[in-house]
Amino acid sequence: MNQINSNEVSFIWDILNEIPDPEIPVISLVELGVVRNILWENEVLQITITPTYSGCPAMRVMEMDIDQRLRSAGFTNFKINMQYHPSWTTDWMTQETKLKLKEYGIAPPQLHTKQRVGALLTEGPTNVACPQCNSENTKLISEFGSTACKSLMKCNDCLETFDYFKCI
Amino acid sequence: MSQNNSLFNYILKIADNQLILGHRLSEQSSKGPFLEEDIACSNIALDLIGAANSLYIYAAAIQGENKTEDDLVFLRSERDYKNVLLVEQPNTDFAFLMLRQFLFDTYDFYFQQALLNSKDETLAAIAAKTLKESTYHLRHSGNWMIRLGDGTAESATRLKNAMNQLWCYIDELFEQDETELALVAQGIAVDTNAIKAQFDSHVASIMQSAGMDIPTNIFMQRGGKHGVHTEHLGFLLAEMQYVHRSFPGVKW
Repeated sequence: MNQINSNEVSFIWDILNEIPDPEIPVISLVELGVVRNILWENEVLQITITPTYSGCPAMRVMEMDIDQRLRSAGFTNFKINMQYHPSWTTDWMTQETKLKLKEYGIAPPQLHTKQRVGALLTEGPTNVACPQCNSENTKLISEFGSTACKSLMKCNDCLETFDYFKCI
Repeated sequence: MSQNNSLFNYILKIADNQLILGHRLSEQSSKGPFLEEDIACSNIALDLIGAANSLYIYAAAIQGENKTEDDLVFLRSERDYKNVLLVEQPNTDFAFLMLRQFLFDTYDFYFQQALLNSKDETLAAIAAKTLKESTYHLRHSGNWMIRLGDGTAESATRLKNAMNQLWCYIDELFEQDETELALVAQGIAVDTNAIKAQFDSHVASIMQSAGMDIPTNIFMQRGGKHGVHTEHLGFLLAEMQYVHRSFPGVKW
């Protein structure tokens, strides 16, 4: 029984990994780090997700997408739970995921270090590489970009503007 | 007052500040001084309303009786709202709007940082999430203080006028009643007295960089935390609650 369950859980991870992020379709909800846990509890499939940004309008869509994907795979007895702790961080993205973002034209998030929180009050991101030409000679145009998770930047060398995935 | 009741009221106080400020800021959507700033204000509004939403969900669960976050937001009247007066002040010019943000952001940053240590695990978890966003908000509004204060004569005058209008709402941010103090003693609520020095120091350092003098001898206004608001809140709620009250239970 346990064997079957664990197989199913890994199968569920696989199918959730097929759901694209509604705003950045090159990465999946699993790669984004939104899906935190999948387990069977008394014959109910418990899916735990965590919000990227508190007010991110895409969260509702993500929940609906997960709901739809599970139903289309034949699951009926499941529950999607929202978890706040530990809070979502861009550090959960793998190198592979970051590369996908870069190829898509979004500069991936830099590593977050807690020590920088003090400095974060005055300093913006530095040395962000342009996803087009790799130059680090870039500047911040606006802390807040096209979606909650991105800032708007510009490359001083190739002059392209680009999205930077904020590190939180 | 029961333990659950005081926790419930405490959560509402935190959430009401975020919701009302978020709503005020959302009124600015499509009216920003330029595109990037318009988007920034809308983004920050989303963060604030989103953080409030997490807290209202928690409060509704404590309340029970099948209440939801929508009941708390759309079916309470102004005397039930416990936000501070600062956040309900209506938008005028951009300097006013950004100063209102800066004062709240500074308070909120240190508040959320202290709330991380709350013995209430849900509050601490939501604070951890909110703090990451508050950091961005504070950097944004702090930089604007410097740009406006240290900018042109016109921008500095506007910031000075805004300071004269908004400074009277600062002390209320740190006001605590007996119920709240009881929660502080239990390690659940933030002792706002303990973060006042950090607030003052950050505001002073940014205003110094901005070349602005901090107003002194200001009579401090209060009342919001007890449900006694300025006349502006009623109009805000009327607009925010209209659809929900006209079509009870509507979902979209």
